[in-house]
Amino acid sequence: MSRPNTRTLSLRAALLGALLGTAALLPAAAQADEQYFPLQSYRVGPYAAGGTGFFGGFIDYLTLVNTRDGGVNGVKLTWDECETQYEVERGVECYKRQKNRPGVAAWNPLSVGIAYAMIDDVGRDKVPLITVNHGRTDSTDGRVFKYVFPLLLNPYSESSGIVNYIGTREGGLEKLKGKKIVVLYHGSPYGKETIPIYQLLAEKYGFSVEQVEVPHPGNEQQSQWLSIRRTKPDYVVLRGWGVMNPVALKTAQKVGFPADRIIGNVWSNSEEDVIPAGDAAKGYTAITTQASGADYPVLQEIAKTVYGAGKGNLDDKKRIGSVYHNLGIVNGILNVEAVRIAQDKFGKRTLTGDEVRWGFEHLRLDPARVEALGAKGLFHSINVSVANHEGEGRVTFQQWDGAKWKVVSDWIAPDWALLRPIIEKSSLAYAAEHGIQVRDPAAEDASN
Amino acid sequence: MTDLALEKTAAAAPHRASPALLGIGALLIVAYGVLPLVASEYLFDAILTPFLALALAGLGLNILTGYAGQVSLGSSAFMAVGAYAAYNLALRLPGVPFLVDILLAGLVAAAVGLLFGLPSLRLRGFYLAVSTLAAQFFVQWVFNKVGWFSNNSPSGIVTVPPLSVAGLPLDSSAGRYLFALGVVTAVTLAVWRLVESPTGRALVALRDHETAARVIGIPVLRVKLLAFAVSSFIIGVAGVLWAFAYLRTVEPAGFNLDRSFQILFIVIIGGLASLRGAFLGAALIVVFPLLLSRLGEALLGGLFDSGVLEMSQRIVLGLLIVTFLIAEPAGLAALLDRLWNRAWNWISGRFRRTG
Repeated sequence: MSRPNTRTLSLRAALLGALLGTAALLPAAAQADEQYFPLQSYRVGPYAAGGTGFFGGFIDYLTLVNTRDGGVNGVKLTWDECETQYEVERGVECYKRQKNRPGVAAWNPLSVGIAYAMIDDVGRDKVPLITVNHGRTDSTDGRVFKYVFPLLLNPYSESSGIVNYIGTREGGLEKLKGKKIVVLYHGSPYGKETIPIYQLLAEKYGFSVEQVEVPHPGNEQQSQWLSIRRTKPDYVVLRGWGVMNPVALKTAQKVGFPADRIIGNVWSNSEEDVIPAGDAAKGYTAITTQASGADYPVLQEIAKTVYGAGKGNLDDKKRIGSVYHNLGIVNGILNVEAVRIAQDKFGKRTLTGDEVRWGFEHLRLDPARVEALGAKGLFHSINVSVANHEGEGRVTFQQWDGAKWKVVSDWIAPDWALLRPIIEKSSLAYAAEHGIQVRDPAAEDASN
Repeated sequence: MTDLALEKTAAAAPHRASPALLGIGALLIVAYGVLPLVASEYLFDAILTPFLALALAGLGLNILTGYAGQVSLGSSAFMAVGAYAAYNLALRLPGVPFLVDILLAGLVAAAVGLLFGLPSLRLRGFYLAVSTLAAQFFVQWVFNKVGWFSNNSPSGIVTVPPLSVAGLPLDSSAGRYLFALGVVTAVTLAVWRLVESPTGRALVALRDHETAARVIGIPVLRVKLLAFAVSSFIIGVAGVLWAFAYLRTVEPAGFNLDRSFQILFIVIIGGLASLRGAFLGAALIVVFPLLLSRLGEALLGGLFDSGVLEMSQRIVLGLLIVTFLIAEPAGLAALLDRLWNRAWNWISGRFRRTG
């Protein structure tokens, strides 16, 4: 190691040269009137089931808009995929690579870790970052997180929605008093995120809550479920991830805890979570922001126009209308409508990221508009504003009947007013820490 | 190769003057003077900065594994300790300059490294590797479990404060790259001095024959612990770069067993007991998958979906690594040496013939 380095130099130069060479191979600049969606997808690795479903649905909807309408007001939608395997470093690399293409509309990484690593950059590059159904809870406060949108549902609202649903099942929130709820959570930052929220809700409604950790990955839960059997709770909330979910359902069956008293959260609500559990999953109920099934008009159109022409993205057509696929479609609707709303203001052309951000901040789809989009019953509505980047998404609950999910509740509203002060406390602390000027929504609305 | 390395260390001392120093000089001029002017944000943030952080981690592990012969599978745990220590120092002691934070974070990592180095006094080989695995799992578990380390952030993922040194903001891509480069240069220089010193030779002696080392009067226990401490210090600093200069976010899951293996592979592929090896290995591990994926996408992107491409890239990468190692088991550093010598002989042969 002591006679280096002319060689190191030449090697590095060669690598650099090769690199720049491949950079030149990148697609040339997009033509006018295209809006580009960079997709940091994951089709490989432990979370591929979610990734293929979600990005498949997203791409299917974009394809539908292109083939059926010729794009949004004539502006064609384009996209390409960059594989992240759900790894943060790969997501960052994809971001730096894909952002060089012009006409970026919005980023949709579907990964909290990647989203966190992008928050600084999207602020600097002025492009919206969408984390539908997940993401950084305090980014709900758009006064601080101008470019980040945890659309439809953040983890806090999810917890409140679940408790509200249990309340309706018991015949009213006041009946929760004296009830016993166990939260079985994945031993990760994601799993632990809602611990203080369940405490808060327990104090407010007078039920007792016990929160039990399952260490990652969660393929052994005997002791947790034995202790649950001793506690005899009225409900178990399953805040799982991956293999932990079917194992929980199977172990519950083994210790004799009824599946219809287990309520799953947003990452425990897919076909991939219940099918491996077989019989044990029958009766299990889980929260969702988008109902599953392929009967909604927009899904029929996708099946006919996109898959009929052999342009569908899913390899397995049976997954059309599954939970992740429908989430991707709803995410597609939200993105496309934000572009459309922004086009109404700025003109029917390729928009800048900042203009699309404006579109997201004015993304208001009432139930009538949702019906016009062919998505009545698929999701309820959304109402994003400068101050509220989540947009008051409603949730519904689906029960697994052994073959498919069946909606068993109305559209339920989480208790946003209760959660807002906690969110603001956290977001304002972030603003202070990072020297961010808190926006004044009233002034912004007036100037627009 | 073990005896060889010793010989080389001793023999190389006299003639390390001209061409090598010239090469290093040129490299530094490019790294400090040219790249910051010409490189794009992509090159900085996706390639150069992670390359520097991983190379530094490889350098740290090379002291322990390459020089002192102690196998460790806990490298990313020490990176995590460094990253979290720097985050908490910056958060809780706001008056302290960041460079001091880095030093302290390195020291914290060194302390943790010492602790997990203790089994090395009794265990060696595979048994030691298994016990360092404990560090890997334990540290990750602690950061997951104890909210204090991540300032009770609800999601457990923390965003680090913007990087600035002595009031100079280094928050841009180029700034963060230069910062990482400065740290890596300084640490590499220090490591170079260390391995050329009697202590460095003591490390090699320990690796080559522990009993013999003891016989010639090397304080084996002290040297072992020193290797763990120095190695963890450097890996801890690499963790700080990873968190503050590269990702700007810290989460326990980012420092998993995969990362430990990655660092170990950097050292093995690059070349054990070689400073260049860490850099070559890191270059291969960081750059190669990206090159492959760009190439695959450009050539076949239209035909297959990204999942299929990704899988085939893994196969290609695995094959290439196997090929490299068969061609030269002592790593890329030795492979390059050999190629260079061959080229040099060929050139000088030509000259002799014509002259």
